[in-house]
Amino acid sequence: MSTPNTMKIAYIDARILDPATGLDIVGDLLTIGEDIADFGENLFGSAPPSDATIINAKGLCLAPGLVDMRVQVREPGEEHKESLRSAAEAAVAGGVTTMVCLPNTQPVLDDQATLEFVARRARLLALTKVYAYGAATKGLKGKELAELGLLAEAGAVAFTDGTVAIADTQVMRRVLSYAATFDLMIVQHPEDAALAGNGVVTSGEMATRLGLSSIPREAEIIMLERDMRLVEMTGARYHAAHVSTSESVEIIARAKDKGLRVTCDTAPFYFALNELTVGEYRTFAKLSPPLRSDEDRQAIVEGLKSGIIDVIASDHSPQDQDSKRLPFAQAAFGGSGLETLLAVSLDLVHNEDLSLIETLKRVTCSPAQLLGLDAGHLRKGSPADLVLFAPNEGWKVVGDNFKSKSKNTPFDGRPVQGKVFRTIIDGRTVFEAAS
Amino acid sequence: MHDPIFPHHHLLGIEGLSPLEINRLLDLSDPYVEVNRGPDKVSESLKGRTIVNLFFENSTRTRTSFELAALRLGANVINMQVEASSVSKGETLIDTAVTLNAMHPDVLVVRHPQSGAVKLLADKVNCAVVNGGDGSHEHPTQALLDALTIRRRRDKIEGLKVAICGDVTHSRVARSNFYLLLTLGAEVRVIAPRTLIPSHLDRLGVQTFSDMREGLKDCDIVMMLRVQNERMSGSFIPSVREYFRFFGLDREKLSLAKPDALIMHPGPMNRGVEIDSDVADDFERSVIREQVELGVAVRMAVLELLANNLSADRAKGSKP
Repeated sequence: MSTPNTMKIAYIDARILDPATGLDIVGDLLTIGEDIADFGENLFGSAPPSDATIINAKGLCLAPGLVDMRVQVREPGEEHKESLRSAAEAAVAGGVTTMVCLPNTQPVLDDQATLEFVARRARLLALTKVYAYGAATKGLKGKELAELGLLAEAGAVAFTDGTVAIADTQVMRRVLSYAATFDLMIVQHPEDAALAGNGVVTSGEMATRLGLSSIPREAEIIMLERDMRLVEMTGARYHAAHVSTSESVEIIARAKDKGLRVTCDTAPFYFALNELTVGEYRTFAKLSPPLRSDEDRQAIVEGLKSGIIDVIASDHSPQDQDSKRLPFAQAAFGGSGLETLLAVSLDLVHNEDLSLIETLKRVTCSPAQLLGLDAGHLRKGSPADLVLFAPNEGWKVVGDNFKSKSKNTPFDGRPVQGKVFRTIIDGRTVFEAAS
Repeated sequence: MHDPIFPHHHLLGIEGLSPLEINRLLDLSDPYVEVNRGPDKVSESLKGRTIVNLFFENSTRTRTSFELAALRLGANVINMQVEASSVSKGETLIDTAVTLNAMHPDVLVVRHPQSGAVKLLADKVNCAVVNGGDGSHEHPTQALLDALTIRRRRDKIEGLKVAICGDVTHSRVARSNFYLLLTLGAEVRVIAPRTLIPSHLDRLGVQTFSDMREGLKDCDIVMMLRVQNERMSGSFIPSVREYFRFFGLDREKLSLAKPDALIMHPGPMNRGVEIDSDVADDFERSVIREQVELGVAVRMAVLELLANNLSADRAKGSKP
């Protein structure tokens, strides 16, 4: 029989932030074993417990670890692009203590065995906590319903066809209706495939200048409009992934006003970058959906400010060098996002768009609540999944230094503010920045 | 020494070039027109240099024009037609660039079906690179030869009204011409069905028309673009017949342009699709054959200038 872990760690003099309750104090936090034992101002009075390891956190923020609800891991199938280990190492380096993987692996996560394989591998790594979405349709083909009920029993936290939208309206209607039976959430990549065609950048001046085939913004807007009608018909729980246009925010706002059970996320790419980033044919900025105009970028910031956009997810889409070092139209879509999620999200704070607590909310408790995970909050007795970071400390993004196997980041070379110093999972330090 | 006015290492596009730089290229091209018309066409100015025509897409006309230009300057020329098959073998564009670079060419002329591919390649080699047409992006030597043709016929480009008609969405010729003509002060119009006009052209300073009669009014130059037959039916336009009816250049539509308006076409022409033979062969107004002729002169000037800039780089020991 193993001895229970009763190791005590005392974090002293930290700025403690709990976005779930709005708590923002300077104080101390004690973990015993895997859990948060207590926290508060002047928790230890004159002295912390003598049997505790002391970590002086003066000047640093201590918050729940980040919950990233949209991560692509290429294992099983394409481990050369990203394995569960490399993704988990990238995650903890970025302060992410829980990540949720898309089912678009090879094979697809559309049966219990593959889902359990991911869970087992992740447990063995003992790094970030890993959950997975189940496929909404078999093989992500958009034709037949996957076994949503059984997959949910096996641990799938929600359902999606990953990076492809469910195009067939009848199939989408049935997916939503069936999911509603079990109160499961469907996550859609809102893009009308026929309208997007073989486009590689957003329609606009940049596409015209570069002579690249383009995807109109309406591809996202039309799909969202359709889906809202279907959600209304079926009463299902629906989540729109990585919204990127001003109209998308308006559509979600209207749906919420109507009382539909609709939520959405965006990724840092869409509030920190615009279409100009693809200039000079930078394939690192070839993303799906494509980077939009600056008016859209500003609308996404406004959507985050108003709370219409519930969550910020990294949309980590790792690719290997060979997939990106190609002419723009032939290069793969996607960017590495785990290691820049916190720092780029903190742009919202530094630009005075959002408070620190509101920003953290969108990367911690909001996604956790949507997916029903015991994460993203500070609570006595809850798992001690924490991040210790300096919100104002500057550094420069260098893709080559990433822990992720994927070095393709559209933020390469960008100066950012907000550095992760320590990531703690179940009370254990799993990442510590080199001093 | 670098050319004092045009110090660039490559010619990847017209966008970003100044009027001075464009005129420098045209000025250098002009004398070659006469050289090419004379009996003694071959000089030794690029003797010993290696020029590689690297074509990932078929184009007999452009390739021959570059080849002739290089030969007339005394250079050694190698033509490489790279089929899509080498890509299916797993060789990427960058692999090809690295392999070629190891053979120490002086100038690479690259044509590729993907926009931006020539730039990608130029970043990986240490010789001069000329964009021989990349996807729907740019075809700079075509715009230069068009400009030279116009300049020789009209003595100027500034203030001319130029209509560019046809499939602008997919046309690299059109993009290079927009940049060049606008930079030199021409008024540029585009005439096409809306399915063939890319968005936000107005932001480049181009006026758009969907009616030939309206768009051609008082134009000095009518530049027709080739409509690619594979794009003709179904999604972009209903039929060749309908296209010709509304957007094909015939005598009647041409009568709305200025009486002495020049007719241009980058070739090869689809007679009876975008242009009527009657107009195409009008020897007084059609300068289509002259465009082909002047293309060699322009390419001679470009190759010579870039090769000399490269020599200056190499003498200094710096990478282009």
